[in-house]
Amino acid sequence: MSLLSVTDLAIHFGGVKAVDGVSFDVEEGEVFTIVGPNGAGKSTIFNLISRFYQPTHGKILFAGEDITQTPAHHIAELGIARTFQNIELFDHSTVLQNLLVGGHTKRRASWVEDVLHLPRSRNNEREARRAVEEVIDFLDLAAYRDKMIAGLPYGVRKVVEIARALASDPKLILLDEPASGLSVEETADMAFWIEDMQKDLGLTVLMVEHDMSLVSAVSDRVLAVAEGKPLSMGTSAEVQSDPKVIEAYLGTAA
Amino acid sequence: MKVHFKASYDDDIRLFEDRARLLKYAVLLGLMCALPFVVSDYLTGEITLVLIWCIAGMGLMILAGHTGQVSLGHAAFLAMGAFSNLWFMEQGIPFLLALPMAAIFTGVVGAIIALPILRLSGIYLAIATIALSIIVEDVAIIAEPYTGGVMGVFAPPIEIFGTMIDRYGTPKLFYFLCLVCTVLVTLAYANLLRSATGRSFLAVRDSEVSARALGVNVTRTKALAFGLSCAVTGLAGGLYAHFVQIVNYESFLILISITMVLQVVIGGLGSIHGAFFGAIVVGLLPQGIAIVRDFLQGTAGIDISAYPGLDTAVFAAIIIVFIVYEPQGLYGFYRKVKAQWELFPLARRDMFKRSKSYLKTERMR
Ligand SMILES: Nc1ncnc2c1ncn2[C@@H]1O[C@H](COP(=O)(O)OP(=O)(O)O)[C@@H](O)[C@H]1O
Ligand SMILES: [Mg+2]
Repeated sequence: MSLLSVTDLAIHFGGVKAVDGVSFDVEEGEVFTIVGPNGAGKSTIFNLISRFYQPTHGKILFAGEDITQTPAHHIAELGIARTFQNIELFDHSTVLQNLLVGGHTKRRASWVEDVLHLPRSRNNEREARRAVEEVIDFLDLAAYRDKMIAGLPYGVRKVVEIARALASDPKLILLDEPASGLSVEETADMAFWIEDMQKDLGLTVLMVEHDMSLVSAVSDRVLAVAEGKPLSMGTSAEVQSDPKVIEAYLGTAA
Repeated sequence: MKVHFKASYDDDIRLFEDRARLLKYAVLLGLMCALPFVVSDYLTGEITLVLIWCIAGMGLMILAGHTGQVSLGHAAFLAMGAFSNLWFMEQGIPFLLALPMAAIFTGVVGAIIALPILRLSGIYLAIATIALSIIVEDVAIIAEPYTGGVMGVFAPPIEIFGTMIDRYGTPKLFYFLCLVCTVLVTLAYANLLRSATGRSFLAVRDSEVSARALGVNVTRTKALAFGLSCAVTGLAGGLYAHFVQIVNYESFLILISITMVLQVVIGGLGSIHGAFFGAIVVGLLPQGIAIVRDFLQGTAGIDISAYPGLDTAVFAAIIIVFIVYEPQGLYGFYRKVKAQWELFPLARRDMFKRSKSYLKTERMR
């Protein structure tokens, strides 16, 4: 059984068919990458899996469970975490506080216990800190632990966003353009981290990415989409040499 | 600059960062306890009012400062707390029960109202909350059995374990009552901020989409924040009723709502300190204006009391100055001055420059 299984997924915004009949399966433990020109519908696929958007048509299964009707705030609990194309961090908080929100699904104390700071609330905090500390260690963020997000360099913010996703202890992580805006060195680091997530943490990674050096370095399989429709699927090399994909990138006028 | 070495996770969970800070707050509390024995009863009364504003301000701060939802109609909840507290007391419920009951009642009503209202955002939310304030002014007249109609209701004397507390008869005791409430609310607020619940408020404020993706139920969180905010404001309303002794629809005009917003903005959005700084300004500004007025009349012979609404104008001027020059409020200003002092002479000019943020329109793409 595949970890994530998307069948004939479609969403239409008025006349715009942002996603139009996309199907794919992501196997447990693989790095699966979606590529395609701007506006192809890649981020929209992520927003559908996150349940921010309700599909017009199609089905999404996660670990065998149909999540097509699941509310968005239950997705994290099931084990799906994500990052955003334009970083969406809590800007007026520290790195630590951001990561602690990642542990939100693990909390057991109610708000009443929190307000009174009862033992269960305190234990929640300790447990959350321990989990977050592991992520900080894993992604080498110790130097930034108590820094405010607003003052951090762009590259660090990207890593913090991944760290926050990891803090929710997911099975599947969705990375929307993890290397966009990064320098060549930072992109190389990103490749190592994605590999570590796959090998050391046993995570399944679903990624959208433009940087083909990163895509080729880490992807087990690649799906190319254009104008909301699937074009080609295979290894990175196969997809890159597919004439349909080349045409989509160069434009039909060529 | 002070560096904190942390040895265990509890160092981050603790309420006070270090001993020095704990000592500082202990001294402050000591001073507050000594205050009514040093200053006149009149001034004690004025400071009591500041304390009530502190509580009301914390109420709005939870919502506006920490959850990022504006309410321009919070006087409505001040009114609800005041009227319900008095009504409970009229039914024979002792004050010590009636006050928390009023807070809970206001909180529950607030949470229920929040569900439809908080679907709105930005300017629409602002308009809806203003409407709330206006509606409550009318309801205060119509619901005569509970609110005494146009005449209003008198506050009965407070009895706590046989001790009578009255704002005029025993101003010191009433002051201590308000001080205890302020301390309790502050502690609860501080607890909230160091917990998962408090962080979910911040998360909703800074990015609703990531909050949702991390498992925060945004609707529920907003309703909870609104409810807690209203409960605290209702508590302040209950105390306010006993402070002014008689409340009617005129006690909670929309101007009070606006004043509360000014308070949290002037004090500094997003910090408990801000609510206190703002309360001091809002509570003592009328006194300040009176002093200036007397001074002008005495020395220059200018009579500015001929211009009604002057304090409103001064408020407006202050808020414009703050929004333009110090959007982080008095508390933000205080922290900057403190950092400059500690770093002297190493402070850089653009150390506190605001970082440019991206437009939030294209966020989900
Ligand atoms: N909420 C929305 N409302 C209307 N159109 C949308 C919405 N979200 C995405 N789209 C449209 O869907 C198409 C695909 O967008 P997107 O998934 O962001 O592309 P990309 O592949 O670059 O990530 C674009 O034409 C975009 O304008
Ligand atoms: Mg995109």
